[in-house]
Amino acid sequence: MSSKSLKSVVESLLFVHDQPLSLDRLALILEEHERSDIRQALDELVQEYGASERGIVLAQVAGGYQLRSRPENADYIRRLTRSKGVKFSQSALETLAIIAYRQPVTRAEVEYLRGVDSGGVLKSLLEKKLLRILGKKDVPGKPLIYGTSREFLELFSLKDLASLPTLKEIQELAPPDPFADQPELPLEPVEP
Amino acid sequence: MGTIKLNVSMTKRLNDSTGVLLPLESMQSNLFSDALDDAYRVHIEEFEGPLDLLLHLIKKNEVDIYNIPIAAITRQYLEYMELLKELNLDVAGEFLVMAATLLQIKSRMLLPLTPDEEEAEVEDPRAELVRRLLEYQRYRDASYLLSSRNLLGREVFARKFDSPEFADLARKEEPADVELFELIEAFRRVLARVSVETFHNVGADGISIADRIAEVLSLLHGGKTISFEALFADGLTRDLLVVTFLSILELCKLKLIRITQAESLGAIWLTSTSEADDTEEELVVE
Repeated sequence: MSSKSLKSVVESLLFVHDQPLSLDRLALILEEHERSDIRQALDELVQEYGASERGIVLAQVAGGYQLRSRPENADYIRRLTRSKGVKFSQSALETLAIIAYRQPVTRAEVEYLRGVDSGGVLKSLLEKKLLRILGKKDVPGKPLIYGTSREFLELFSLKDLASLPTLKEIQELAPPDPFADQPELPLEPVEP
Repeated sequence: MGTIKLNVSMTKRLNDSTGVLLPLESMQSNLFSDALDDAYRVHIEEFEGPLDLLLHLIKKNEVDIYNIPIAAITRQYLEYMELLKELNLDVAGEFLVMAATLLQIKSRMLLPLTPDEEEAEVEDPRAELVRRLLEYQRYRDASYLLSSRNLLGREVFARKFDSPEFADLARKEEPADVELFELIEAFRRVLARVSVETFHNVGADGISIADRIAEVLSLLHGGKTISFEALFADGLTRDLLVVTFLSILELCKLKLIRITQAESLGAIWLTSTSEADDTEEELVVE
């Protein structure tokens, strides 16, 4: 099979599947092909969709590849689906942000950071499958520890957790600190 | 949920970039067109707890977060709590804990250091709070970044994606950009005009919220717009001011009026949302 037809096969697979397809999965399906060839076909497809003015892009989300509509066309698609789109309350977003960056994290840690009770938000985020329980922490009370799910990555168009905007980028967005030259408080570094 | 909840629906009518308040008529004629989607609609449901309130106060006072004037901030924080109490809103426990923390920090800063402590170079009593505030601010910023991403089901769509699953995560209207504080701030200005004389109330000459709601509605009858301040004419007693403010909140909750503001810190306007006048009968005041 030529590389051209491999690309066409990969494209068909992506079109038919309704979830992001990982390279591993594709390699399993296309067992007669080299993994590197499949990766190259994917890279080319990503580029081709990106370069042309098509209404579809090949996005890398949640560790896989998925055909998605072009963001600029969102208004028109909403007319079709009549959906108002996903909206989050500020408390849900804050909780998600904390868990995304700090996972694995317990409810008590989330509540300390937010300063408010977060049981209700956690529950509803769990129900929406945006969070998952990673296990129990080995401290008195054995509290549950939470992390984000694959659905979270899909929803927020994230390739993986490492592609979350770094907290440094956030600081760059903030207004410059006029008191930057004074000694820093001993802030604990936060690893995403 | 440990948040103070207020159902206040605010709609900002912005003429795109100019920030000019559109005449109401043009808004109503746009009611069913797509243009309304572009109007800036704000729904205030709650603020996110004591850290949020403190950050707001720090920003409002333009003070350095590393060098918080703890006395002034504590006073303002307590004033807000007082006001919320006066409005009979449930003050969540977290807000009380923070008030106690602030007072503790304040008293520790007043106490002279013992010679031992001076040698040990004790930490600034504010340090822990500052760490929490900065950390909270960081995640709040992160949450803004998250929500500005291309969301599946909002900006980008994939085949067979089930967006209704996520639909009820959101509030019924769009998230707030105008803060609840602005409304409370306006009410504070009104209250500040009134002398703090105390009256010995003999008999019940007060007016109930239900009565005041009817009055406010009749003022707005026929699609009129009046300013927030106009409802608090001079000469009203403190009780009546509070009743009026509560009526406004109640009307918002019942979605009978809309509170609009052209710009941050600008004048606040009230309009009736109903065109027919059959609303009075439907009124149910808790």
